[in-house]
Amino acid sequence: MGRITLEGVRKSFASHLIIKGADLDIDDGSFVVFVGPSGCGKTTLLRLIAGLEDVSEGRILIDGANVVGVPPSKRGLSMVFQSYALYPHMSVRGNIAFGLKMAGLPKAEIDRKVEAAAATLNLTPYLDRKPRELSGGQRQRVAIGRAIVREPKAFLFDEPLSNLDAALRVQMRLEVTRLQRQLGTTAVYVTHDQVEAMTMADRIVVLNAGRIEQYGSPLELYERPANIFVAGFIGSPRMNFIADEAARRYGAATIGVRPEHIKASRDGEGWEGLVTDAEHLGSDTFLHVDIAGIGNLTARSIGEIGLSAGDRARLLPDPAHIHRFDENGKALHA
Amino acid sequence: MARQASPARVLTTTIAAWVVGFLIFFPILWMVLTSFKTELEAFSTPPSFLFFHWTTENYATVQGRSDYVHHAINSIVIAGGSTLIAMLIAIPAAWSMAFAPSPRTRDILLWMLSTKMMPPVGVLVPIYLIYRNFGLLDSRVGLVAVLCLGNLPIVVWMLFTYFKEIPKDILEAARMDGATIGKELVYVLTPMAVPGIASTLLLNFILAWNEAFWTLNLSTSQAAPLTVFIASYSSPEGLFWAKLSAASTLAIAPILVLGWFSQRQLVRGLTFGAVK
Ligand SMILES: Nc1ncnc2c1ncn2[C@@H]1O[C@H](COP(=O)(O)OP(=O)(O)OP(=O)(O)O)[C@@H](O)[C@H]1O
Ligand SMILES: [Mg+2]
Repeated sequence: MGRITLEGVRKSFASHLIIKGADLDIDDGSFVVFVGPSGCGKTTLLRLIAGLEDVSEGRILIDGANVVGVPPSKRGLSMVFQSYALYPHMSVRGNIAFGLKMAGLPKAEIDRKVEAAAATLNLTPYLDRKPRELSGGQRQRVAIGRAIVREPKAFLFDEPLSNLDAALRVQMRLEVTRLQRQLGTTAVYVTHDQVEAMTMADRIVVLNAGRIEQYGSPLELYERPANIFVAGFIGSPRMNFIADEAARRYGAATIGVRPEHIKASRDGEGWEGLVTDAEHLGSDTFLHVDIAGIGNLTARSIGEIGLSAGDRARLLPDPAHIHRFDENGKALHA
Repeated sequence: MARQASPARVLTTTIAAWVVGFLIFFPILWMVLTSFKTELEAFSTPPSFLFFHWTTENYATVQGRSDYVHHAINSIVIAGGSTLIAMLIAIPAAWSMAFAPSPRTRDILLWMLSTKMMPPVGVLVPIYLIYRNFGLLDSRVGLVAVLCLGNLPIVVWMLFTYFKEIPKDILEAARMDGATIGKELVYVLTPMAVPGIASTLLLNFILAWNEAFWTLNLSTSQAAPLTVFIASYSSPEGLFWAKLSAASTLAIAPILVLGWFSQRQLVRGLTFGAVK
């Protein structure tokens, strides 16, 4: 079991309020990702759940029991750190076994579990090496091995893949997801990589300046962002925002259209403007178009559409995918 | 980006280093040489450097007159005991200062260090009276206590600087792995800080071994360590340079041997952090 509930959690460092009241319910077995801009409090929130920081106000419940005041060692969670934080003086075996040793398991059982975890993570040949004799990817696996071997109530990950190169990151992303499904253990995962968030999460928590802006499945966030912040944060390239005159016609203070929901053409319907930049990726083309009275919009087209910088183009937003926001930035639903 | 040093430069720095090294070492060398002279030669002007009548009679006299082994055991007990107790107190103290600091931690560290700036004579009388009333004069327990407390600020300070270098993540990982604070100290922090702890231990042992103010003032015979043994040769009947030198050589011999074998460790510990 591993259901984590946050009730009105606040955290201040000295006189700075960093987490400004977080309410969250993380279901047993689900994979929840925290995303948000740098410094918004993702790590802090994770450390509060871990018990490495004390909450200033509010309650944290694990399986219904309030854990405020319970030290991290007694919360039954494991954590994978961005820096891996392996014990440099212990072998891979020692690193993975440490938690089991602390729990006082018999030696034979420890050996069996460590070997099973090592086999799952392809670490068997390295069991007797020291962390400094491993590559970054292998160290990452050891850190994960150390987390899974204890069969915790939940895994906490703080940007675990950010030190790996792009190819390895994709591979580890898949492995972590597969492992989590297979074990069925609750996972809380911090990242600022959108692709990681969208692909790994059952549900995403979007944080901004210490507040939870929205909590929902990746598609919910994409299709029905709660406010301008979430709309702009989720999706790449960013959603286009249009204010004033054009927005008022839709009965909103601001409207938003994603680049993939704007149809660009040389002389079709829509707003007319000048192409300032064209990014040709082969599979897609991103056009940046300056439109008088509206501003600079980005449009994404599949494949090549034969428009380049300096050309004049027409942009037609898909009316079914226009997001409307009120003057406070909150989404308006029809 | 290592600068290519010219041969001339290497030569001059090498010579300079040897000269400085020799100057520092000379008093010790002179003491050892003197200990093998007769009292008459020890005084002679101009002093004879190597060509004198080598004799070991001073060592025999010293051993016959006072009990070297008794003093040496006291030195070991006092230096060793005070060092061990100081470490047991200082490791948790330095841990909390390095990893769970409060807004006042820096002030506390500075205050602790400031106690070392006061000359010990300033508190000699009160401590002497306290010791007299509690029957701690000339007792090993009393000396262990006073040396332990005297060196504690330096020990805590040194350990604090070493612990600061250890990534906090690793200790937090241990906590997440279910280690209590005690186990975290024993299984993670201490093994990782071994070079720092070892050099602190050695340095503190050497300081305690050589400590002369408190040992001379608070002990006479029962608990007297080697410092008292040396001092007893510079008194009433006048100075006996050769015997004093023999006593001193005997007194520093153990620590010299210890220092020789641990010099690599000492240098590594003292430059920890400075050279990565
Ligand atoms: N121990 C601390 N003392 C004081 N302020 C802190 C402390 N830890 C974090 N903060 C502040 O809290 C805010 C949130 O920090 P946090 O590390 O949670 O951000 P984050 O969302 O994880 O950012 P990033 O994506 O860069 O890792 C920051 O403004 C940071 O300066
Ligand atoms: Mg962070």
